[in-house]
Amino acid sequence: MTYEFLQQYWWFIVSLLGALLVFLLFVQGANSCMRSLGWTEEGKRLVINSTGRKWEFTFTTLVTFGGAFFASFPLFYSTSFGGAYWLWMIILFTFVLQAVSYEFQNKLGNFLGPRTFQFFLVLNGLLGPLLLGGAVATFFEGSNFIIEKNNLVDATALTPIISRWGNASHGLDALLNPWVLVFGLAVVFLSRVLGILYVMNNVADEDIRSRGSVRLLGAAIPFVILFVAYLVHLLLKDGYAVDPATGVIFLEPMKYVHNLLDMWYLDILLLLGVGLVLFGIGKTAISPNYVGGIWPAGIGTVLTVLALFLVAGWNNTAYYPSTADLQSSLTLANSCSSEFTLRTMFYVSFLVPFVLAYIVYCWRKIDAKKLDKEEILTDHAY
Amino acid sequence: MQNILLNIDTATIDWSRAQFALTAIYHWLFVPLTLGLAVIMGIAETCYYRTKKRFWKEVAKFWQKLFGVNFAMGVATGIILEFEFGTNWSNYSWFVGDIFGAPLAIEGILAFFMESTFVAVMYFGWKKVSPGFHLASTWLTGLGATISAWWILVANAWMQYPVGCEFNPDTMRHEMVDFFAVAFSPFAVGKFCHTVISAWIIGAVFVVAVSSWYLMKKREQKLAVESIKIASIVGLIASLGAAFTGHISGQQVAKVQPMKLAAMEALYNGGTEQGLTAVAWVNPFRQPDYANEQAAPLKIDMPYALSIMATNDPKGYVPGINDLLNGYTLPDGTSEPSVEEKMERGRLAIQTLADYRKAKAEGASKEELSPLLATLSANMPYFGYGYIRDRSEVVPYVPVNFWAFRIMVGAGCLFILFFAVLVITSFRIPYVTIITRRLLASLGLIHESHADTVGADALPVWHYWLAIALVPLSYIASESGWLVAEFGRQPWTIQDMLPTWAAVSDLNSGSVAITFFLFLILFTTMLAVEINILLKQIKKGPSA
Repeated sequence: MTYEFLQQYWWFIVSLLGALLVFLLFVQGANSCMRSLGWTEEGKRLVINSTGRKWEFTFTTLVTFGGAFFASFPLFYSTSFGGAYWLWMIILFTFVLQAVSYEFQNKLGNFLGPRTFQFFLVLNGLLGPLLLGGAVATFFEGSNFIIEKNNLVDATALTPIISRWGNASHGLDALLNPWVLVFGLAVVFLSRVLGILYVMNNVADEDIRSRGSVRLLGAAIPFVILFVAYLVHLLLKDGYAVDPATGVIFLEPMKYVHNLLDMWYLDILLLLGVGLVLFGIGKTAISPNYVGGIWPAGIGTVLTVLALFLVAGWNNTAYYPSTADLQSSLTLANSCSSEFTLRTMFYVSFLVPFVLAYIVYCWRKIDAKKLDKEEILTDHAY
Repeated sequence: MQNILLNIDTATIDWSRAQFALTAIYHWLFVPLTLGLAVIMGIAETCYYRTKKRFWKEVAKFWQKLFGVNFAMGVATGIILEFEFGTNWSNYSWFVGDIFGAPLAIEGILAFFMESTFVAVMYFGWKKVSPGFHLASTWLTGLGATISAWWILVANAWMQYPVGCEFNPDTMRHEMVDFFAVAFSPFAVGKFCHTVISAWIIGAVFVVAVSSWYLMKKREQKLAVESIKIASIVGLIASLGAAFTGHISGQQVAKVQPMKLAAMEALYNGGTEQGLTAVAWVNPFRQPDYANEQAAPLKIDMPYALSIMATNDPKGYVPGINDLLNGYTLPDGTSEPSVEEKMERGRLAIQTLADYRKAKAEGASKEELSPLLATLSANMPYFGYGYIRDRSEVVPYVPVNFWAFRIMVGAGCLFILFFAVLVITSFRIPYVTIITRRLLASLGLIHESHADTVGADALPVWHYWLAIALVPLSYIASESGWLVAEFGRQPWTIQDMLPTWAAVSDLNSGSVAITFFLFLILFTTMLAVEINILLKQIKKGPSA
């Protein structure tokens, strides 16, 4: 088990967590269209209770994604979070608002009123996927930062900080790149697609299911357009390659196409993923009684996002490029933890299948009976 | 790209510290109740599982309802902390992330998923899973929260006592070399036990307070009496446990953080046969003039107790602030250098590291680099001191440490007494209960008619008011403990390794100030909503 293998392995784990996170953004997606899906107060309550039984998975996956990044690629964690401060802070604020919105909204004593917390859920439902998608897009588009480790020993520096963002907007500048917005919006619409599919599957209510069928294409079409546009842009653009022998980073035309050609298995993953997403959407749109679309679409989402993350980092690619100083770009090799830490965490990762197993088991138990109006009136409900 | 002059606004450092303190203090308002209530509701549901009595199901569901309201805030305030190491302390994240990141990742994988999965089963699974699986889910929710506490306290313990690591001059960071030394460091074990056990006190106090309110209103009396029985036992065990583990923690602090101990004790000048300060006049609003004052005025101490606590020897040497600044020699001949010497050696370590990197970049051979590495290795323990500019910077703010410690210990003693009396008066303990009740009656503390009865419903009203008053005190005591732990470590983010001004992110102070106030407004508003909801839920009661 070489150091290089461990770096690749941990990029795979981080990528998998990122992919699962995008799938779980169905919570945000459903919340963002709770009004159009739910329509009545009762309907909205059904939507909120449906996502309310799953919101913690998304939240926890986001936290674990951050923690895993910190443990395996600490230079990314410090550079991105410390530099793109405002981007991450806004993301975190919306998730903080989400965390209390379920529990508080319909409780006696909530002096802010249920609509306030429903607004917070919608806000998180839109901004969360947009900004997370935007953050992921910077893996391909680049960010404005400089790293200089010798600052740690620079006696003339006021504070010996090794990384610095190149402008005062601290991350918000990413949103000025139209392609970052394209990708971010693609994630928003994807999350809405997944959210609609999930609610249609999870809620036993004919009104909600029929509204879902109608609204599905309204989310799916923009998603497909935006995603295809970004994919074409990605394949045609220059990418950030690294010479494994010297560590020097350079621009390589159509780098991501080369990655797909060099790693043919990712092509299969990508095509399979995209196919499953389209299948899930298509079959739901065509067959009125089919409510299982979330599963192919969800699995497809995981495979597609996984493929994209791996294209971003594997095959000697700088996964977090710097537009301010090319040599400050982050690669797996120059940003990862020590071999000891990666090896230790490798053994820890053996726990992941057990964690996934009990999550799946409990998910199936809770969702064995679909959510209906009776349950939210008689049982514990938000 | 060397020698970039980074014009960091030094206010950034203070705003970043303030923000972390704010978010951590808020988070710690909710976590202890989560940990403590988890035990109470687990016991209640176990009683239901064993007896199949509907009453116990109602008790369990009632406490779970309150748990849920509080749990949401714990989760909400926690996510910020996870990422704040990166957003506001990026240099820290790089410098020690190789060690620090692992516990946080493991916390997510092991603990957070457990909590988030089984809390959903606990709330929504009453009619969907078997009673046994539901009971297991309730306990696993609490276990998840406890495992989460373990790993984050491993991380915090490592900040206080950095072990299991070595500095790598090529990567310019500390790297882990012994995972078990980090994960099971005695500091981590002690801190975990003390912190979690003290959280159980808060859970117990909360349950007793709510139950006492019901008894005052003569409502839900059976729930109140039975809940007090559970909470009083948990509270007494926890209070005694907190005292014991606190003592262990104190001994550990004496060994590895002597400056923190000196600040906690306002011990300006140490020596042998040192007494433990019970109280002294330390001005809460300014740093004392420790350089010129012999001792804090109006000091009352317990003779020899500090030496015993620190060294297990009544004649043991305990250094004071001035001893740690000026250097001292122990009776056995070993010496501790002065802070100036440490600063000198720290600067030498930093310069040697710079020389090493320059030489390596210029293609120096292994033999040429070897003496530089030897110098670096010899002075690396003082690397952090190389960033210290003045000796006063290594002295934590004494008043906060001193008073916070006393508030915590004083409250702890009160809790022991309170829960002991509550256990004795709530249960029929042969002889002890009757004798205690009659004693209390003779002192006029309970009514004569209750002298020969048993049960929490046979207590005077002042006792119920006291129970309610203990709720804010328990939180104050708990937060005081954290103030001691974190203020006492200043200026270090990692003890002796990295001061705050070398750990912070490159941000302008305005940005951090804005987010500070945003968090303040957001968390305060949410706290107000939570308290209002809890009060309304309690008023509504379990049977409504």
